[in-house]
Amino acid sequence: MSKFTEDDLKKELETKEYEYGFYTAIESDKFPVGLNEDVVIAISKKKNEPAWMTEWRLDAFRIWKEMTEPEWANVHYVKPSFQEISYYSAPKQKKKLDSLDEVDPELLKTFEKLGISIGEQKRLSNVAVDIVMDSVSVATTFKKTLNERGIIFCPISEAIQNHPELVKKYMGSIVPKTDNFYAALNSAVFSDGSFCYIPKGVTCPMELSTYFRINEGGTGQFERTLLIADEGSYVSYLEGCTAPARDENQLHAAVVELIALDDAEIKYSTVQNWFPGDKDGKGGVYNFVTKRGLCEKNAKISWTQVETGSAITWKYPSCILKGDNSVGEFYSIAVTNNFQQADTGTKMIHLGNNTKSTIISKGISAGHSHNSYRGLVQISPRANNARNFSQCDSLLMGDKCGAHTFPYIEVKNKSAQIEHEATTSKIGEDQLFYCNQRGINTEKAIALIVNGFGKDVLNKLPMEFAVEAQKLLEISLEGSVG
Amino acid sequence: MLKINNLHANINGKEILKGINLEIKAGEVHAIMGPNGSGKSTLASVIAGKEDFEVTEGSVVLNGEDLADFAPEVRAHKGVFLSFQYPIEIPGVTVTNFIKTAINETRKAKGMEELPAKEMLQLIREKADLLEIDRKFLSRSLNEGFSGGEKKRNEIFQMAMLEPQLAILDETDSGLDIDALKVVANGVNKLKSEKNAVLLITHYQRLLDYIVPDFVHVLYNGKIVKSGGKELAYELEEKGYDWLK
Repeated sequence: MSKFTEDDLKKELETKEYEYGFYTAIESDKFPVGLNEDVVIAISKKKNEPAWMTEWRLDAFRIWKEMTEPEWANVHYVKPSFQEISYYSAPKQKKKLDSLDEVDPELLKTFEKLGISIGEQKRLSNVAVDIVMDSVSVATTFKKTLNERGIIFCPISEAIQNHPELVKKYMGSIVPKTDNFYAALNSAVFSDGSFCYIPKGVTCPMELSTYFRINEGGTGQFERTLLIADEGSYVSYLEGCTAPARDENQLHAAVVELIALDDAEIKYSTVQNWFPGDKDGKGGVYNFVTKRGLCEKNAKISWTQVETGSAITWKYPSCILKGDNSVGEFYSIAVTNNFQQADTGTKMIHLGNNTKSTIISKGISAGHSHNSYRGLVQISPRANNARNFSQCDSLLMGDKCGAHTFPYIEVKNKSAQIEHEATTSKIGEDQLFYCNQRGINTEKAIALIVNGFGKDVLNKLPMEFAVEAQKLLEISLEGSVG
Repeated sequence: MLKINNLHANINGKEILKGINLEIKAGEVHAIMGPNGSGKSTLASVIAGKEDFEVTEGSVVLNGEDLADFAPEVRAHKGVFLSFQYPIEIPGVTVTNFIKTAINETRKAKGMEELPAKEMLQLIREKADLLEIDRKFLSRSLNEGFSGGEKKRNEIFQMAMLEPQLAILDETDSGLDIDALKVVANGVNKLKSEKNAVLLITHYQRLLDYIVPDFVHVLYNGKIVKSGGKELAYELEEKGYDWLK
């Protein structure tokens, strides 16, 4: 038996206090709606979290209580009532189906268009799969490969249990609890998410998507991701899944934190296609996400995103270029159709010398939708020879949609070089007729033109993802003309 | 093959074509000449089915079918090809990707399978060689930053790939230097057969030195005012159009 120190005793007492003090407050499996300290504690308890984590959540909750919802974004919606949401429901147990015949045919049609394999179709629509299904063995193989290299890749709830030193050190270090309203809310009530640590000098041998897609089911309402690339390591991480996500949760507030230590590189790709609401603008997910990465010396972070879903998107994946010679990149395609609204962009904060950032943003608006690019390029006084190149292109379809660009540039060092380019174009009748004349119908022609427009960004996605993303763009814009 | 009967067409309420009659048989090359604003390009657009134009009277019949019932892409599937006077730019879409899509969409419309990648590539190479097109050119964005000559050559390349029944070449000679003109004309001549027909629209007789027409028609003020053999083109070159008014 190990010796029982005073610290341990203190910890024990703290835990005990929660156990017998607060934890008993709510004991049901389904929590009543609303948010208060008891609910936060109950969430933490459900997950068997250590006391420090509970305290961390409570602190976040207290901060959140004092904050108000931001209103500066160019989006208009009825604000969710935060006291009418249930903040914990046991992992959604969808009804297990026996075969694909029982699945909504419309869902199957979409799977087919995306070219998703039968095995995966089953998994995604919650059909019971044979135990010998390929993906299971594949997942095991992946896990082994990762373990051999010392890579930790697990749900964040597991990391809190097994790697508390890493979680304590880095969680909230990039996106502090005080950062913004949604980040504070997420910090208080986050459901689960992913944790990834790449050891020094290790190049992650695979895109972390495949594993992710096989292992993660529903990601929950308040997802939290923490990714740490130790010195000289490399990882490419794919978030999301191109299959149609039928999620009943209306409000999503995720936090993603990336840490790229000296000489490390992180490539983070996202495809988001949550329910955008119907063609009349009813329903749809509100997606309020805080994503930020920190680059130490010579490090590089690349954000690539394809956003086609959600009724409201509020999202600015950003880079803090702290170390000298660090590089930040942001490549984005945002599509809005019908009554969708997107306010998305990036922040590039140049703190180190010779830091470099690139922003390529492609917005496509159709129907009655509004698509805004909002970006900040900030060069601090001590960042010598910083460089930024920004390009924001908008493509409009029809005459009822809107495209907006809000570039903010703050330069406090004379040696900075900043370039900003912006274009707005419409899919022209002439382009469509030209395609038609070559035997390409209008729907296909739009897909061709849109994919051409987004090519610079699509090229940044890992191969297998790019193909699905392309198809997704086509599906998102179906029926947007004529 | 193509029969145009008393064709009248408007744009924004203004009558441009005022009763065109023209018959083109398989294996023939026809040239339509005429001064600016006589309606030459309008005729080409109306045959291809551009929606800006309203056909108020008459018909365009291809192989016994009235084209009025068909959308532009269906006309294309039925073998109508228009080489544009001003080809359109599509940024980010390569020459190869565009023609691949066009071919496969056309095949799909005919109930055929997509052309296997290997055969597609082979076909593209063969036709690119025919028109002396550099391979690098094939991976550039369609018409983006192309010179006038490159645009026209690319139009004929697409025509060579699609092998249409009726090829309408709208001012294909404009913007071409003499060497490029020879290459393009040579391409068109090699594609000519007993089964297809060519309708050339041009200002100048120059192109007709290289692609020799069986018939020449003069379009003036929305009507064909004179038809003849290839010698008519020389006569026009010499006398201008005034004597026909």
